Amino acid sequence: MGSTSSTLLKIPNVEVLMQETGFSPAHIIRLHDRFKALDKEGRGHLCPQDFGAIKELAMNPIGDRIIGAFFSPGKETVDFHTFVKILAHFRPVDKDRPKEPNSPEPINSRSNKLKFAFQLYDQDKDGKISRDELLKVLRSMLGMQVTEEQLESIADRTIQEADLDRDEAISFEEFRKSLEKVNIDHKMSIRFLR
Amino acid sequence: CQWLCKHLWENDLLLLLCAHLLVALLVLAFPKCSVDLTGCELRCFYFQLTYQQKDQATITGDVCSFGWIIAKEPTSLEEELKEIRRNGSSQDLDGSASLTTGPSPSSSEFEMSDTFYFCRRGIESIVDDEVTKRFTAEELDSWNLLTRSNYNFNHISTRLTVLWGLGVVIRYGFLLPLRLTLAITGVSLLVVFTTMIGFLPNGRVKNFLSEKVHLMCYRICVRALTAIITYHHSENKPKNGGICVANHTSPIDIIILASDGCYAMVGQIHGGLMGLIQKSMVKACPHIWFERSEVKDRHLVAKRLSDHVKDKSKLPILIFPEGTCINNTSVMMFKKGSFEIGSTVYPVAIKYDPRFGDAFWNSSKFGMVNYLLRMMSSWAIVCSVWYLPPMSRQEGEDAVQFANRVKAAIARQGGLVDLLWDGGLKRGKVKDTFKEEQQKLYSKILVGTQEDRSRS
Repeated sequence: MGSTSSTLLKIPNVEVLMQETGFSPAHIIRLHDRFKALDKEGRGHLCPQDFGAIKELAMNPIGDRIIGAFFSPGKETVDFHTFVKILAHFRPVDKDRPKEPNSPEPINSRSNKLKFAFQLYDQDKDGKISRDELLKVLRSMLGMQVTEEQLESIADRTIQEADLDRDEAISFEEFRKSLEKVNIDHKMSIRFLR
Repeated sequence: CQWLCKHLWENDLLLLLCAHLLVALLVLAFPKCSVDLTGCELRCFYFQLTYQQKDQATITGDVCSFGWIIAKEPTSLEEELKEIRRNGSSQDLDGSASLTTGPSPSSSEFEMSDTFYFCRRGIESIVDDEVTKRFTAEELDSWNLLTRSNYNFNHISTRLTVLWGLGVVIRYGFLLPLRLTLAITGVSLLVVFTTMIGFLPNGRVKNFLSEKVHLMCYRICVRALTAIITYHHSENKPKNGGICVANHTSPIDIIILASDGCYAMVGQIHGGLMGLIQKSMVKACPHIWFERSEVKDRHLVAKRLSDHVKDKSKLPILIFPEGTCINNTSVMMFKKGSFEIGSTVYPVAIKYDPRFGDAFWNSSKFGMVNYLLRMMSSWAIVCSVWYLPPMSRQEGEDAVQFANRVKAAIARQGGLVDLLWDGGLKRGKVKDTFKEEQQKLYSKILVGTQEDRSRS
């Protein structure tokens, strides 16, 4: 709607953003519109309440954790750049991208997608999913529908299967190994149109 | 004597109306031509969005995906989890499972990848969700020369700007004063005549006159907005003793429906001009107005409605069960109150054509007066009204199911999206019950199969 060039010019450092995330200019514009729509008071940044206003997200059992993933520790606001960078994790993997030896790993690589999923579990960011953290995730996904014992047995079984170095916690490498066969690209990607 | 007065009035009005109709015809012809003329230009423009930069990169985009940024896969929680697990556990833990030829994979226990489904759905809803966009005006594919529909006002071409300027002059200089006079005439006639009719004794004459007066005044108001309405299936028009339900986009809906038939309105008594109109209307024929305090009392409301409906001499009630204005792309949850009363329901679908003027009232953005001015300075309000065949509650159907059935019929006819969400979400928070539904679904997949295992 209207001319795109001026909208793009209004966003600071948009070329760097496109370079890092791999979004096309058209995507950036639509994401910018969405950002503005969520930022109801026009402050230029989003706070947790703005995310909380999205009804479908409020309904999601792990909605709070997903919102938390947008805010780096200590920060109370999300600006447009961070917003796009986090969403870039969910771009489908570029299959025909040539492997340049010195370029940094793209944000939407398989590994980075796994890291994003890992941090949903690992809330204290110590690099390991402890039994407690696993229990908390299970509790949010299952609510009051299961008993404490059932939860604990599920958690114990999961740790038993994935924990290879027997330290009662799941590190990122163990996490990655246990999800080797899962089609991460398909399950952790959103089909952006155009 | 009254007939004579009316006729005299109408003669003057007739002249005014003729002039106005001429203008309305011109107006109809003009935006169509202008949009078509510039249509080619607009399309060329949209197909070639240029990004001015030092390296002069050009992008191409197409018009039809405005409003959609992602394609959501409509798979359910169960299907997704099964697929994830099928991929993940190609090496089964117990060899026997691979021998069984069942459709479901061997292990339906918790996997770490289960969170992927919820995570993805969460991110999808951050990027694009179904509810938030129902409360803002619909986006158009091509510009209809109204500034309010142009979200990023930029200079596209001189010719378009000139046309737009001409449009402004015509709309604000010519159409708006004409429409305002018509509106004022219509409203004052309504108040004056209904008060006069109120002095007559109750009877057939009174009902007949009140019907004529109401219709005449509403039709003047319709002209005042230059509303071009197409009524479909008039054989299904609501009859006495029934309830008419329709989807709600703006207060104009009332005028549109009431200019084709007589209804008893339901609503809260306001102060000021609205209150005056309401009080005088109720003198001519029985409408149902509630005091502010009475609105909360659901039983009282239901009782008054059912009393009205039982009396076959009274007009059909007009109700908008969504409870709030939605932007005419979807129909949201119907409140069950009006469906509990037990009389015949006459559904009506109203669909506006947004190209000539967007009728949606965003009450958080614009007040009533602002909204009416915007309506009167659009090109025209073009809409279609479909009268659907009457429905009644069937055996074994409760009010909620009945309401959903009616809602589905209206959505289907009007080409609107049928949503289960409550229009009250415009202002309120999501109830926790929705989250619990998701949790229940997921736990059934996990725990349900565990119980099976322990049994076997």
